[in-house]
Amino acid sequence: MSWIEKPRVHHPSLEENELGLTRRDYEGRMSTLCAGCGHDSITAAIIEAFWKLSVPPHRVAKLSGIGCSAKTPTYFIKEAHGFNAVHGRMPSIATGGNAANRGLVYVGISGDGDSLSIGLGQLCHAVRRNVDMLYVLENNGVYGLTKGQFSASADVGSVAKTGEVNRQRPIDPVLLALSLGAGFVARSFSGDKAQLIPILEAGLGHRGLALVDVISPCVTFNDHEGSTKSYRYTREHEVEAVTADFVPLRGEITADYEPGSAREVRMHDGSTVRFRKVPEDYDPTDRDAAYAYVRERQEAGEIPTGLLHIDPEAEEMHEVMGTVETPLVDLPYETLCPGREKLAEITAAFR
Amino acid sequence: MSGLNDFALKIATVNGTGSASANNLLMKAIFRMGIPVTGKNVFPSNIQGLPTWYEIRVSGEGWTARSPEYDLVVAMNPATYERDIAEVQPGGWVLHDASWPLPRELRREDVTFLGVPLAEMGAERFHGSRTRILMKNVGYVGALAALLDLDREVVRSLLEEIFGTKKRALLDANFEAFDLGWTWAREHFQTPLPIRLSPLEATKDSILIDGNTAAAIGCLYAGATVASWYPITPSTSLVQAFEAYAGEYRQDPETGKLKVAVIQAEDELAAAGMAIGAGWMGARSFTSTSGAGISLMSEFIGLAYYTEIPVVFFDIERVGPSTGMPTRTQQGDLLTVAYASHGDTKHIALFPADPGECFELAVAAFDLAERFQTPVFVVSDLDIGMNDWVVPRFEWDDGYRPDRGKVLGAEELEAGVEFLRYADVDGDGIPWRTLPGVHPRGAYFTRGSGHDYRARYTEDAGPYTEVVDRLLRKHRNAREHVPPPIVRRRPGARLGLVTVGGCDCACREAVERLAEEGVELDYLRVRAFPFSDQVEAFLLEHETSFVVEQNRDAQLLQLLVAETAVTKDRLVSLRRYGGLPLSAVHVVEDVLAKLDARTRAEVGA
Repeated sequence: MSWIEKPRVHHPSLEENELGLTRRDYEGRMSTLCAGCGHDSITAAIIEAFWKLSVPPHRVAKLSGIGCSAKTPTYFIKEAHGFNAVHGRMPSIATGGNAANRGLVYVGISGDGDSLSIGLGQLCHAVRRNVDMLYVLENNGVYGLTKGQFSASADVGSVAKTGEVNRQRPIDPVLLALSLGAGFVARSFSGDKAQLIPILEAGLGHRGLALVDVISPCVTFNDHEGSTKSYRYTREHEVEAVTADFVPLRGEITADYEPGSAREVRMHDGSTVRFRKVPEDYDPTDRDAAYAYVRERQEAGEIPTGLLHIDPEAEEMHEVMGTVETPLVDLPYETLCPGREKLAEITAAFR
Repeated sequence: MSGLNDFALKIATVNGTGSASANNLLMKAIFRMGIPVTGKNVFPSNIQGLPTWYEIRVSGEGWTARSPEYDLVVAMNPATYERDIAEVQPGGWVLHDASWPLPRELRREDVTFLGVPLAEMGAERFHGSRTRILMKNVGYVGALAALLDLDREVVRSLLEEIFGTKKRALLDANFEAFDLGWTWAREHFQTPLPIRLSPLEATKDSILIDGNTAAAIGCLYAGATVASWYPITPSTSLVQAFEAYAGEYRQDPETGKLKVAVIQAEDELAAAGMAIGAGWMGARSFTSTSGAGISLMSEFIGLAYYTEIPVVFFDIERVGPSTGMPTRTQQGDLLTVAYASHGDTKHIALFPADPGECFELAVAAFDLAERFQTPVFVVSDLDIGMNDWVVPRFEWDDGYRPDRGKVLGAEELEAGVEFLRYADVDGDGIPWRTLPGVHPRGAYFTRGSGHDYRARYTEDAGPYTEVVDRLLRKHRNAREHVPPPIVRRRPGARLGLVTVGGCDCACREAVERLAEEGVELDYLRVRAFPFSDQVEAFLLEHETSFVVEQNRDAQLLQLLVAETAVTKDRLVSLRRYGGLPLSAVHVVEDVLAKLDARTRAEVGA
């Protein structure tokens, strides 16, 4: 079994969002992942982000590929259509889905095996096309379902449960996305919900592809001494470089700011990302600077996290293609078929 | 015998020299004279500098299969002189550039050599090497025009259409080059030759079009809104034509925005994924590829089959296996498309025979895909897809409405209609589906992993089997909804001839020719998989049926044996698969070779 039915318990004190929905309305089925799996924390953060933004559940399309990460869309927003694609190919399904129906909110969940090995090409090209979607990469450095092989994100020197030491250089999704020119690049840690939730909210508000790499320890195969994707290692080496809050359109600013301390970036839909804490001389809208900063901190042995780069003006796929605002699936057939007379005109060219 | 409005030409040139335009001009001029004509472009997988051939067959009777019995060869490429000259029928003609002497050893006593100093004349009249090369090509069209009695005024008006009034200088140069060849031939040869043209009224309700363009128009008319693709010969022109038409006929007049999404994917896998993603959302979506692409798409094809997502795949076959011969034609993907992907999979496939059917079956494919919630393949080939064919002008019924199949909408879901994604509610094997974003009660998880009738994950034998058995019933039920076979019977025929796709015209012509030899054959052309009951009945009705196809392994025959009650001993396989379009000569030859003395006696031949 990949899920267990979750009993629905009504609780009158549950807080409601703008739609009158509670967090429960954004839940899915009970997880069957290992107890303590980082992915479940990410699921909880996703539920929180969607609830806070009052996204109508049935207007969400949630997608995944294959692997442990691929199971997680089952565990949130049960009133949303879900799609479990083939291994590494979630981005193309999301791209086609979005092309056909731009009216929905797309969230794709992937893993380091799914996105950095078999699906590396599809990830890169989804970034290149700037498909309007939240792309969450649940990164644990290991293949869980096939029991513990290194993935392409495993760091040099990281030790597998079997004792094997990885000597190949990792593919870092953050550096990759930055070099590809992604308009929204973040890294977070499944153990830090306070950081992750606003990042997910901002990612949902971002127009275009928002890549959120979340270090999500695998408690069964990669949480031991010597692993660089364990809870302990991540806690010891994570440095929150950038702290950002997401302020939705018409939303109130609830965080406390020292006047003049925050830098704001206005999103395309009128929402705002407020950078509360950024390193000196760090401009999150400058991708070269973000790249240099991440490399520099990594060299120093740190894992810099936060909303590392944002470019709210990058054109998303539909803008580039020049498609109509109305989702293509909503166009009546009568407006799509040129009709009999035009056919005579078309075929006249072949006389 | 060849003669008036009945002959075949072969034009040998070097690719990238503009000969394609000259050849198209010649072919279109014949078409405009009202005479049925066919043109086969035999080209290399190369941009410039390699040998290329263009074959034209003129048939007043309307037989438009390729003919390898060349009455006249235009030898413009010294690199291939030897084989080109060797291929002319005895009594035929060789038109060559007489600017340089033809090597003595290439001379043949049984053909007439017609030398025209094309390069020399071009060098005198035109400037620049590129112009001279281009004009040399138009020059041989001029010479041919005189030799074949091609209507000069038709050529003139075609050139005017091509260059318009804005490119006056080009028009004049082209017509001048044409006239150089024309005048030379008139002055130096006895014109016209016995093989010549005379105007007919046989093409006035026809168009001259390639199958890929025709299929693109079909997609436009079917209401397709998402096309994802990866460039691959010979399918590339299909999506490009679709994009061009969509740019014109799907543009919002007010905003200039497009009611279509055409996405050039990073590879065929992504192209398939995008089409499937769009189909999942409820759009009419398609991708177009060739055999190599189908191989790459196979995993996704299985996903669409098992998750029951409508999507249309165009497979424009070329020679395999592997990269094969990318610019040669074959029917090598019949088995692949019928069962593409791992595990138990069976697909609906449609087999157009010409561009007219590419248009019609493209529309039918979208209806079938949505009706049966499954991938549908339109299996064409390089010959149909890229060569120009004379076909009846396309018709369109404005009363057509797409068959969207069984989709539960917001109202039904709101009213509480029970939604069981993979249940056989109506007993026809086809479940009901919902589209994302429509209603909370319509939500379910689309997954390629084992699922039960409610779309829930399962690893249990019973619920798994229930779904895959229904899929088989659904596929079987499709057989009476797909286009039926085309059957032509001849009185007294006891033998059958069965074929598929682009073999059609060669086979129909062969059936006529064989009848003249006393061999009567009933004819059936398969147009779809799964096979209609008529196909099985036809096979059972004939003690022996020839199965004509263009692949080494008798793939159509294998499918017929696997999917109908006919036994293998009643089928005789005839195959040509070297990469060139089939010709009636081959079919006649092969049928006669198979009919041994005893069988021929039996049928009274």
